[in-house]
Amino acid sequence: MVRLLFRRAVAALVLMIAVAVAGFVITGLGNSDPGRSILGPQATAAQVEAENHRLGLDRSQVEQFTDWAGGVVRGDLGRSYLGDRPVTEKITNYLPVTMSLVALSMVVIAVLSLVLAVASVSGRAWVDRCVQLLAVIGHVLPGYLLALLLLLLFAVQFQLFPVFGYTPIGESPAQWLRGLALPVIALALGSVAGAALQARGALMDVLEADYVRTLRSRGIGGRSVLFRHALRNASPAWLTSLSLGFVALLAGAFMVEKVFALPGLGTLSVEATSSGDRPVLMGVVVLTGGLVVVVNLLVDLLQMWLIPKARTA
Amino acid sequence: MSAEVVTATPDLTTRPSTLRIILRNPLSRTGVVLLGLVLIALVAAVVIDWVAPDAAWKADLYQLNAAPGTDGHLLGTDSGGRDVLVRLVVATRATMFAGVIALVVAVLLGVPGGLISGYYGGKVDLVLDWLSSLAMSLPSIVVLLAIISSLGTSMWISMTTLGCMMAPAVFRLLRAQVHAVRNELYVDAARVAGLSDARIISRHVLRVVRGPLVLMISVLSGVAITVQTGLDFLGLGDSTTITWGGMLSEGFAAMTLNRVLFIWPGLAMALTVAAFFLVASGARDALQGIDGGSTTAPPAPERIRLTKVPTSQSSATPAEDEVLAVRGLVIGYPSGDGLVEVVHGADLTLRKGRTLGLVGESGSGKSQTAFAVLHLLPRQARLSGGEIWLDGTDLLALPRRERERRVRSAIAYVPQEPMSNLDPTFTIGYQLTEPLRARGVGRKAARERATALLTRTGIRDPERVMASYPHQISGGMAQRVLIAGALSTDPHVLIADEPTTALDVTVQAEILDLLRGLQAEFGMSILLVSHDLGVIADLCDDVAVMREGQVVEAATAENFFAHPRHEYSRMLLAAVPAEHEVRAEYVADRSVRQDAAPREKHS
Repeated sequence: MVRLLFRRAVAALVLMIAVAVAGFVITGLGNSDPGRSILGPQATAAQVEAENHRLGLDRSQVEQFTDWAGGVVRGDLGRSYLGDRPVTEKITNYLPVTMSLVALSMVVIAVLSLVLAVASVSGRAWVDRCVQLLAVIGHVLPGYLLALLLLLLFAVQFQLFPVFGYTPIGESPAQWLRGLALPVIALALGSVAGAALQARGALMDVLEADYVRTLRSRGIGGRSVLFRHALRNASPAWLTSLSLGFVALLAGAFMVEKVFALPGLGTLSVEATSSGDRPVLMGVVVLTGGLVVVVNLLVDLLQMWLIPKARTA
Repeated sequence: MSAEVVTATPDLTTRPSTLRIILRNPLSRTGVVLLGLVLIALVAAVVIDWVAPDAAWKADLYQLNAAPGTDGHLLGTDSGGRDVLVRLVVATRATMFAGVIALVVAVLLGVPGGLISGYYGGKVDLVLDWLSSLAMSLPSIVVLLAIISSLGTSMWISMTTLGCMMAPAVFRLLRAQVHAVRNELYVDAARVAGLSDARIISRHVLRVVRGPLVLMISVLSGVAITVQTGLDFLGLGDSTTITWGGMLSEGFAAMTLNRVLFIWPGLAMALTVAAFFLVASGARDALQGIDGGSTTAPPAPERIRLTKVPTSQSSATPAEDEVLAVRGLVIGYPSGDGLVEVVHGADLTLRKGRTLGLVGESGSGKSQTAFAVLHLLPRQARLSGGEIWLDGTDLLALPRRERERRVRSAIAYVPQEPMSNLDPTFTIGYQLTEPLRARGVGRKAARERATALLTRTGIRDPERVMASYPHQISGGMAQRVLIAGALSTDPHVLIADEPTTALDVTVQAEILDLLRGLQAEFGMSILLVSHDLGVIADLCDDVAVMREGQVVEAATAENFFAHPRHEYSRMLLAAVPAEHEVRAEYVADRSVRQDAAPREKHS
């Protein structure tokens, strides 16, 4: 099992390096002139050249990459072109909002999808219809559109929730939750159905397994069979759909943030994109790639814990 | 499974056209209507572009933010005084075009990639799969932002990028499907017959794949449209063209002045995505031959009445020594509008301390009968008639709970396939003690009892087996574990469903020996379901023969093997390869056992 974990970790590391290289190549495709955009149109060509030299942009791409990557290993993501602040500082300012949003949404999705799946296999037909409706809604209404509707309805029309702004959890947990309620609903609702359908399908399969019949023959009650045995055996499909959902959530968060004017990674990245701030964008690429890789590893670990056979594969 | 079809099967000879099937489903019909609207808007957009190219930009400065329904502006005007409906129609073109670019790229990369990867496997597969997991480990929006920051907001570039990011979804789907088909026998046959790979792929593989692919493409076209709109909404779209996303962004900015402005592009996008999805779902179902028009929900259990069928034997209370008696049992499964019966009036009698062999070919209903007695039929099954007497009580006359309680305390079950009958996620020890713990036995006592039972069933190192997971033990050992589990509940009736079929011949003999010994020791009555006459001859005192859901002969084993009465019994016996040996063995064994009565041989 240790060897298996080691293999997974190495694969994750290789993937991370590939993500970083790909990100570097993509952000370097154009022939942008950061010196010019920092100093403005009035600057002389010599000043621009000096600025580019100061930023180390007159070196080859390979040299720039190794320099940058060396910094990343030491936890230094370079400095932003805008305002000359360290990228890590910028990201740590903006990250909590996005993480709050995504983490809360993950919890909502995990709990709700499991409840729906269990209710559905317990033979409640209306739950099935609910899940199917949710699936269509999730597909047809992307998070940002749902966010706009929620904003109009509950924040502008009925004024039940704050329209804008974010309160850090350290300041007031209640305000934090109140401010995130609408964004989380908008973000999570679409993914609930997908995870619920996965869990339901897996549960249905497991409940028809031979060992479930044998357990029942020994007098193990339906509740124990469902919650102790079936859920555990059905967990891989559900966990996989959650880890895929995480990537979708990150993407959705970028747009939902704009609707509720939340100062998160999305706001930061859009700003960096419009201004061609390559170091910040690279930071976001590495960070999101790293988050996805870590979540996948966590899911692997969870799976090994729940399914003993997965430890030997 | 041989089954008598009670109701008429749907006529399968005339298959309606795909389009006809799509239109039959009300949801897909809605989708077709919506899709028609989108097409009309597209045509209108082209016409407007041709007749009045600046219509979408023309500002009515006297009517800024006009409400919907204002004279001359059906959906009102935006904050620049421009007509919302005209802009909405014009925007259809660019939005659709963007979707098409992304989709074409995704399909061009994903389909050949998936086909090659799934069909040939090997190194190509490894590389492509790794590339797809690379693409899937970044949210597409991050990649889009990176591209836009270096190459600008051109719709061509961002949609091509999006296509690349969506390609893994197509790739994975195709790869999995092709991989599954590739190992099918008919594909092997085609290969042996000398068909070229290209031909096999286009003939056999694409046919299987097209249903899911159609649905995937519709889902992705929805994704493409929503992502493109989202990009525009973030202000990172192509500002030279009118799109729904751009309108959404303007509507959002003007929300305080004009609350409904963002609704229109949002609605247009949602309905378009819905149209694709609904039509594609219908098409997928049609391609897979599922008729979406008729909903065939299984009938609710309450609606089926327990109809007492006249039984072949008298329905009086069974005699004292009849531990288990089944009378006129009828089992059916809902299918279409009616029930398909799989057991029609089966009768069985199991006497105290004896072993009854239930013989029959697969599909004769013998396992169904056994599961009915065990109260373990699948949820869809309907017990629509008969009686099951256990220790002088008709179980079917009891309330569900009481029936469950009685069966669980009296009858135990030994299954056929040892490996699939153990939960792979729990240790053997846990699975053996769980039923005891559920009955209120303490943790320590339960462990001791489980260890003792494992030892009794011939396992030498019970402690190690208790700590093992099912995948860590052999099939023969698993069957011993299952027998130990069956014994843990102190049953006086044991129902064993082909308990040796899945085992090696040497292990078979040991398991049969074990069962015989346990029966003598605990005085159990055993119902042994088997198609193996050798096993029956070895173990049984009585024999019942089932065929097509009915018991056609019931006799003592001696009589059955010596003078089978029913034609079918004679056929069964004749079909045993070494008939004389079986009988000889049986007679010899029988004499030993009778000499040794009272049965202490194995205890």
